[in-house]
Amino acid sequence: MKIHEYQAKQILSKYDVQIPRGEVADNPSRAREIADKIGPRVVLKAQVHAGGRGKGGGIKLAKNPQETEKIAKEMIGMTLVTPQTGPEGKLVKKILVEEALDIARELYIGIVIDRAKEVPVVMASSEGGVEIEKVAAETPELIFKEYINPATGFLPFQARNLAFKLCLEGGTFKQAVKFIISLYKTFRATDASLAEINPLLITEQGNVLALDAKMNFDDNALLRHPDIKEMRDLDEEDPLEVEASSFNLNYIKLDGNVGCMVNGAGLAMATMDIIMHSGGMPANFLDVGGGVSEEAVKNAFKILVSDKDVKAALVNIFGGIVRCDLVANGIVKAAKEFGLKVPMVVRLEGTNAELGKKILKESGLSFYPAETMREAAEKVVPLAKQ
Amino acid sequence: MSIIIDEKTRVVVQGITGGEGTFHTQRMQEYGTAVVAGVTPGKGGTTHLNVPVYNSVADAVEKEGADASAIFVPAFFAADAIMEAADAGIKCIVCITEGIPTFDMIKVKLFLKGKDCCLIGPNTPGIISPGKCKIGIMPGPIHTPGTIGIISRSGTLTYEAVDQVTKLGYGQSTAVGIGGDPIVGLQFIDLLRFFKDDKDTEAVILIGEIGGTAEEEAAEYVKKEFPKPVVSFIAGQTAPPGRRMGHAGAIISGGKGTAKEKMKALEEAGVHVAKSPAEIGQKVKKALTGA
Repeated sequence: MKIHEYQAKQILSKYDVQIPRGEVADNPSRAREIADKIGPRVVLKAQVHAGGRGKGGGIKLAKNPQETEKIAKEMIGMTLVTPQTGPEGKLVKKILVEEALDIARELYIGIVIDRAKEVPVVMASSEGGVEIEKVAAETPELIFKEYINPATGFLPFQARNLAFKLCLEGGTFKQAVKFIISLYKTFRATDASLAEINPLLITEQGNVLALDAKMNFDDNALLRHPDIKEMRDLDEEDPLEVEASSFNLNYIKLDGNVGCMVNGAGLAMATMDIIMHSGGMPANFLDVGGGVSEEAVKNAFKILVSDKDVKAALVNIFGGIVRCDLVANGIVKAAKEFGLKVPMVVRLEGTNAELGKKILKESGLSFYPAETMREAAEKVVPLAKQ
Repeated sequence: MSIIIDEKTRVVVQGITGGEGTFHTQRMQEYGTAVVAGVTPGKGGTTHLNVPVYNSVADAVEKEGADASAIFVPAFFAADAIMEAADAGIKCIVCITEGIPTFDMIKVKLFLKGKDCCLIGPNTPGIISPGKCKIGIMPGPIHTPGTIGIISRSGTLTYEAVDQVTKLGYGQSTAVGIGGDPIVGLQFIDLLRFFKDDKDTEAVILIGEIGGTAEEEAAEYVKKEFPKPVVSFIAGQTAPPGRRMGHAGAIISGGKGTAKEKMKALEEAGVHVAKSPAEIGQKVKKALTGA
């Protein structure tokens, strides 16, 4: 799960990670009040789940409270387009108003789980303020790493190693060591999957603060963290994805026009792939679960036909423990309730597939049957183009 | 022959009295798996599905000689269940449970270090040596005894592959789901080592997906020391970066873990890579017969 910068900073400050003074505002007069309190010079930052905000006009400096109110008026309600939002952009509902600080150096600190080593890794780089993927690709020698031993946790010497490699000294060095240790504490205590401070700011006075903050969390651990779970912002997600998640369906909206409904995540991805190999593009990823129920089929069908971009659909079910006749019944019921708005190719294989096909045939509805994945994909792609 | 499990394997089911545990224990019994015990803490001394239930895995090992375990306990208790099984001396632990937090799995992997046992999963359909033993939730009847080994990060896509090779007349020696999570027990490489030593496995199908680097590591191993033909398909060629495709581990992050990179690494290692999932069966046939 993703959260906003201001929420990440709230969490970090609980664990004594130093952040700039600031507050969040959802209207211009509130923004002005904050500037009155912490200003006069402040930075206004649009709160959306996307990076590259500065390039799209989502980060601006105001010299005084008056100007703060003026900029806030432009920013709140604007559609922010950044390299990461896609051309449709994202609506800005809240802004973070923070004290403007003098920048001496911009560094990078990030923590993720290293999947190959199966432990968390703390990464530091002198190249802050730019995309770390770019640094990793072009100058990997400028990224320093410390792997965590899960038995001992992050050790002070590891934090010192990183701070030395960033060429920090004196009070700044001490602050940075404390900062990195506190950041790891936050990561561990919240079951995070990513904690990224980019840039990590060194001020002219030598103080160390998180100028930006990004945190993602392990979805599987959210039940342990009800306070974090509450920070989910449904407005940042596609409405169909939100609806699907309320039915416990795995659904992701994509750019193509061939809808698909599949049981199992791997087979769902493979179905998207075969649609591409047959000359089409998938409109979505939709996994109704390996052990799909009639209810799940109905809900999935509803999501699929609600997507205006879907011109034809492919249902690919490999029955195992789940019987195809049960799935066929679910499809027929859903088609009768929500309407068969687009041509639908159905491929049933595995347990009771013949019975399932018979149910579809005798339903009086015009499904397009297919025996194999290839046949299904080759049938659905031309139908979507008509 | 087969790898890891066979007709002599004695299985204890952890969470046998729950809904999932009950349903799938019945299916395993129907298949002929020797389910010798169940474990549900607090229900020791009772009988369920004609199987004695114990309070701990240690009791099931001592009294019934269990050497493999199937775990069907809820996600927040699953890590504990895995470690209990390992501590009791279980050699093959199959964790079906989906949704275990990553940090719990990090702890599990630390606990398992140096222990003589293998973990399959979590978030896996399990392992099956057709005609001998099935530990998991895959449909038994689609499998046929034979000479193809299958290793996969997926469930139903594995069934698809099994079906394709079966229709071409090839059976399976053992089919293993390694699990769809970012951190799992046995990896592709570990299982390739088992298949290398298994005389009756002629070829291996490796079904990967986006996320992580396990397929690249497998490619490296195949290139260096795996003598049998390998066929592979990587799911998620059309998946967008930064989005989790159902499985917790199926995500392209920081530009890493794309299907393209994995397919390239496998091709360079001499693996027969199927671009489309419909070609898996044909690729196996071609790898074995040249036609």
